[in-house]
Amino acid sequence: MRKTRYAAAAIAAVAALTLSACGGGSDSGSESGSTEGSGEKIRIGIKFDQPGLGFKDGSEFTGFDVDVAKYVANELGYPEDQIEFMASPSAQRENMLENDQLDMIFATYSITDTRKEKVAFAGPYFVAGQDLLVPADSDIAGPEDLEGKNLCSVTGSTSAQKIKDEKAAGVNLLEQPSYAECVTAMQGGQIDAVTTDDIILAGLASTDANKGKFKVVGNPFSEEKYGVGLPKEGGVVTCEDINTAITKMIDDGAWEEAIKKNTEGADYTFNAEMNPPKMDACA
Amino acid sequence: MSAQNVLFDAPGPKARRNIRIVNILGVLLVLALLWFAASGLADKGQFEAAKWTPFLEWSTWQYYLLPGLLSTLKAAAVAVVTSIAFGLLFGIGRLSAFKPISWASGIVVEFFRAVPVLLMMVFFYQFLSKSTSVDPSQVPFWAVVIALTLYNGSVIAELVRSGVFGLPKGQREAGLAIGLTPGQSLRSIEMPQALVAMLPALLSQFVVILKDSALGTFIGYTELLEYARRLASGEGNILPALLVTAAIFIILNMLLTFAAQRLSRRLGARAGKVLQIEDTIEPEGIEAPAPAPAKGAAR
Amino acid sequence: MEGFTALFEQYDVVGAFWVNIQLAFWAALWSLILGTVLALMRISPIPSLQWFGTAYVNIFRNTPLTIIMVFGSLALWSQLNVSLSSDFTTNFFRLAVLSLTVYHAAFFCEAIRSGVNTVPLGQAEAARAIGLGFLPAARIIIMPQAFRGAIAPMGNVLIALVKNTTVAATAGVAVETSSTMKTMIEFYPNLMTQIFLTFAIGYVIIVIPIGLLTTWASKKLAVAR
Repeated sequence: MRKTRYAAAAIAAVAALTLSACGGGSDSGSESGSTEGSGEKIRIGIKFDQPGLGFKDGSEFTGFDVDVAKYVANELGYPEDQIEFMASPSAQRENMLENDQLDMIFATYSITDTRKEKVAFAGPYFVAGQDLLVPADSDIAGPEDLEGKNLCSVTGSTSAQKIKDEKAAGVNLLEQPSYAECVTAMQGGQIDAVTTDDIILAGLASTDANKGKFKVVGNPFSEEKYGVGLPKEGGVVTCEDINTAITKMIDDGAWEEAIKKNTEGADYTFNAEMNPPKMDACA
Repeated sequence: MSAQNVLFDAPGPKARRNIRIVNILGVLLVLALLWFAASGLADKGQFEAAKWTPFLEWSTWQYYLLPGLLSTLKAAAVAVVTSIAFGLLFGIGRLSAFKPISWASGIVVEFFRAVPVLLMMVFFYQFLSKSTSVDPSQVPFWAVVIALTLYNGSVIAELVRSGVFGLPKGQREAGLAIGLTPGQSLRSIEMPQALVAMLPALLSQFVVILKDSALGTFIGYTELLEYARRLASGEGNILPALLVTAAIFIILNMLLTFAAQRLSRRLGARAGKVLQIEDTIEPEGIEAPAPAPAKGAAR
Repeated sequence: MEGFTALFEQYDVVGAFWVNIQLAFWAALWSLILGTVLALMRISPIPSLQWFGTAYVNIFRNTPLTIIMVFGSLALWSQLNVSLSSDFTTNFFRLAVLSLTVYHAAFFCEAIRSGVNTVPLGQAEAARAIGLGFLPAARIIIMPQAFRGAIAPMGNVLIALVKNTTVAATAGVAVETSSTMKTMIEFYPNLMTQIFLTFAIGYVIIVIPIGLLTTWASKKLAVAR
């Protein structure tokens, strides 16, 4: 769930592209986890309720965030049975890292300046953009077409507010507790579009129940760099190692495969101008 | 006026015929309403098997509904205990002869009775999220428990107070006459009677706690409603999921209500007279109008 | 503190409370009407109406309001295409009023029934003795006394209703207090205690007078027996 609190910061992040992302994780004395990872578990924060990204499906964890997390952890010397996935809801992410309750976060976590004051980031492993999800037969091609239409998002969403303020002042905005409700309303035909990050939309559209019914417009109007959240100090893994692992994942094709697998049936292609992303420099 | 049928005579032949006609009309009306809802839902594909079959699969119950139910019951159970503790503390505090204590208790109780539970939950969730002393995975749980406790504890404090006020004056006077201090009389004579008297109202307060625990979904506490919504976001069946969740809540609450009625009848029988409570459960968190024995036992 | 006062320029806190008060007003009006009808059904001589009243109360009194609210917007509006206004925002306001009404009518019904319980048997017997049927007896003899006896419990339902309007955030009413407070806290976490206290005290200011008023009225209007 994208929250307004991060709005200003998200915009600032674009301006901060060149700034370094990683905090002091590397001077903490712990060398690369790949040598000392044996036996120890690594605690990874993900979303539990975001289909296609981080989703707890019964006893399984699925989604793009989860697949990247598993790949990276494996490269760092933590095979799947040494990973402990924990829920890291938006409001708690910084705090969980600061209090040493997590080692890494893969949870649609946009890299922003405000957050960098408290946590360090590796990556980005994906560059998302705010976009629209519409019924498969809809002719809406972008936010400008939403004049007089019904748009759904979660309470306090920045992307919905941005559309209302900048693109289509006459849009009818419905706020719901979660995107699942938005998609249900769109199935009923009363909602013309749902807005948030494109890959989150793709994930929603690719669940079994929604396959083939919706499409992501593919006209993103913002840029969100999903980073790997790390504690500023005392982490067990380093930003450099993670970046190496992500780069390897991109190079050997597993990255693209993970996106395809998790957005299947959503009629979605990721924004190839921004992706695959280049790693930001570590501090 | 507990015997409600005195409102009308035993129906004669003509009245019986009229009643039969109204009965049939009533049933038809209800059926029409149901049909309207059902056909509307069917038009929208809400009766597709795919939306309902998940509830026949064990894994749905194993991974979603039962863990959700467990969390709901856990939060409710803990909140019940802490609410009772809070209620006793501030209820007795409000009865204290020492004015500053009774005033302070009164302010606390009145304040938390007036603030919406949802606002408290949102606040404590954010507040605990920023603190270092709470295990982050437990933050939503404690936010739910604290919010429920502050509100329901305050309601219980009022129950305690009205329970003691509802006792015959003679109880206290007798206590003082045999040389007990006011505090001793309160503890060993008045409170035990007041607690028994307030039990049915207390049980119905548990219904409020159980229902309000569903507000936890706003802050991501993994209770029943939250799990139902997560299930629905994967299966695309939010309406069936909500219906099943509502049914579970209704069954649980009816069991609690049933227990409250049984209890009040038993307590009433002990007091030598049937109580008036019937199945009139106190609405949403309210002090009972001077509970049970006020009307019962001879005095 | 300066940052705190500046918040009021950015967010319309008073406007948010006004939305909740409007929700509470309309929902109270409709649920009082529906609750009275249900109470009459429950004490009526006709079994199907009794059964309906009882079933209604048992179902809606035991369902969390949150679920009813989500139903209002998702089932009625998005699935059954029930629209209560052509204006988008008004439609959701009315759906929220409808959900609040459906839920609280069950409680108003029970409050009125508890008022009926305060009416002595002799009153009903006397009404029958002078030849009044069910409806005239209820209208002239029973209900006027029952309402006076039900003021205190109805006041409590009203207070609960005012506070429950915060749940309307689930039904797409975006500018009410709970969602406004949530947004404010998310933007200004360092002022969260002040923000919470502002909203909390706002509710105390609304709720306490209602409590005092109904207590006063129930004493003033109590039927001397």
